[in-house]
Amino acid sequence: MSAMSDDRSGSGGLNRPRSNSDSPGRRALRRFLRHRLAVFGLVVVVLFLLAALLAPWLSPADPLQTSWTAIRKPPSAAHWFGTDENGRDVLSRVLHGARASMAAGVLSVTVALLIGVPIGVLAGLAGGWVDAVIARVADAMLSVPFLILAIALAAFLGPALENAMLAIAITASPIFVRLARGMALEARATDWLEAARALGNPPWRLGLVHVLPNIVPPLLVQATLSIAEAIIAEASLSFLGLGQQPPAPSWGSMLNSAQRFLTQAPWLAVFPGLAIFLVVLAFNLVGDGLRDALDPRGERR
Amino acid sequence: MSEPLLELSGLRKHFPVRDALGRSRGAVRAVDGVSLAVDRGTVLAIVGESGCGKSTLGRLALRLIEPDAGTVRFAGEDLGRLSAAALRARRRDMQLIFQDPFASLDPRMTVGAAIAEPLRLHRIVPRAGEAARVAELLERVGLRPESARRWPHEFSGGQRQRIAIARALASGPRLVIGDEPVSALDVSVQAQVVNLLAGLIRDLGLTFVLISHDLGVVRHIADRVAVMYLGSLVEEGPADSVFAAPRHPYTRALLAAVPGRGLRAPPIEGDVPSPIAPPPGCRFHTRCPHAEAVCREQAPALAGEAHRAACHLQERLPPAPALQANEPGGERLRRLQSFFQPAGSDA
Repeated sequence: MSAMSDDRSGSGGLNRPRSNSDSPGRRALRRFLRHRLAVFGLVVVVLFLLAALLAPWLSPADPLQTSWTAIRKPPSAAHWFGTDENGRDVLSRVLHGARASMAAGVLSVTVALLIGVPIGVLAGLAGGWVDAVIARVADAMLSVPFLILAIALAAFLGPALENAMLAIAITASPIFVRLARGMALEARATDWLEAARALGNPPWRLGLVHVLPNIVPPLLVQATLSIAEAIIAEASLSFLGLGQQPPAPSWGSMLNSAQRFLTQAPWLAVFPGLAIFLVVLAFNLVGDGLRDALDPRGERR
Repeated sequence: MSEPLLELSGLRKHFPVRDALGRSRGAVRAVDGVSLAVDRGTVLAIVGESGCGKSTLGRLALRLIEPDAGTVRFAGEDLGRLSAAALRARRRDMQLIFQDPFASLDPRMTVGAAIAEPLRLHRIVPRAGEAARVAELLERVGLRPESARRWPHEFSGGQRQRIAIARALASGPRLVIGDEPVSALDVSVQAQVVNLLAGLIRDLGLTFVLISHDLGVVRHIADRVAVMYLGSLVEEGPADSVFAAPRHPYTRALLAAVPGRGLRAPPIEGDVPSPIAPPPGCRFHTRCPHAEAVCREQAPALAGEAHRAACHLQERLPPAPALQANEPGGERLRRLQSFFQPAGSDA
């Protein structure tokens, strides 16, 4: 058949030795792994996730166990990170605090994605007044500084870790609405989406089967960066007493109580501060690496 | 034969043009009153310069965009009256092939999934038989069945267009519209894809609407030709007759513009007028070498029987010059083509 010469002329020749096909996801993963800082970030993120998950087993002591004999002791062999004003082991509290922080970061951003992405895709594909209303509401929410809105919502919902997470999720969702809407608008103008429509795809399938997989990369990048932001927000809310409630440990509330002893017992502030710094940096590195790996302009490299 | 498979009547589509503040600045008259019929099992070519509205017409015919006025009847059924769900079901019978094969395939779908999609949407084969049907379709368009597992980016333009053709044919459509199906491809591949299309049209008895500005391709496979200028039809008739004896000065100019194989006709000058404010009277009068007073005032209607033209002067125009027998550069072109055409090719 005449097709054969055409087949051979193709850049993706069919006689390639590799048996497995090269999916877009796999190529992105390869590019990501070449990015050293991003891989470092990923390792740190995984370590903190493990710390959060395994905190009860990793901790040398009960994070709530007070002791009159070990008040504000500097780091030592018995207490690697020292002890706080109530004689509690700081290492154990940092490890348990990771639970609040990681949960706030990962869960609230997951909820934000679940709220924001469907609404954004709907707006982008539906157009018209639906789009206008959704886009204006998202813009209005984005015009308020992130932390201010989160504090207002958290204060309204009442001081508790769950409420802080919900407040963060709601505050973080408009960025996903806007992102998903923009990408869906872009997709709506493409031939492949028109082709999908011409094949007889119902609207929900256009969104779910065609648009969604194509907008995952930027959403993933934004989600990673949003997690870093959410962790800071959780720490801030806890610092203000709107998040994790004492005596349960959280990096933010640990910093709050540490500020009274900043000169006498700096380790009280250093370790939770370091933890926040490391996790946020790591998530940002992963986000940057993902952005480079998933950038469509890098596809042909 | 009975009623035509596709019947367009009085189709109009104007795209509003707005300025930066959203105020209306008129409208692009992309399609302005087009009536056409396509008989079952025939190939109609719609030709014209870029921007004349031929792609818009193709999308109107499939109701991918809604007309401002006019009706589309498919197999006697008014597509404009169908509910959204009924229209989706009807899409099984009418398909579209896009110009750019690098844009028309979903980058996150394997080739097999893309071709299987219409099969699933219209429940054409049971899931168990899907893979076999996809393999069959791939072979039919000259690709290996193993291609189903691969991703669009792994293929060349010609291969991607074959995939798009397989996808369009998967649901067993009666009508296929090809919107410049080969003009984005390398010249060496164009002939192969044209031949593939011609073979499929013949073997499957397809009704095909070819939107193209490539008169060479049109001459090769079209039964009838419709010529568009600024959103309206200026001439329509059997391909032989339109090529041998074009009646409209614009058609003559188009044929003259084909390099190496045209006919001698006075060249036209100037640019296409803006479709936002098309000239009054005959839209072509600003560029027509024969224009008279009447052309500037009255818009001509299509007149004639099987071969119609919209020109006031069609009875009085000098006879069209014959097509050049000896095309300059024709021999070289043929050698070049035979070089790219694999030996023993049936297509």
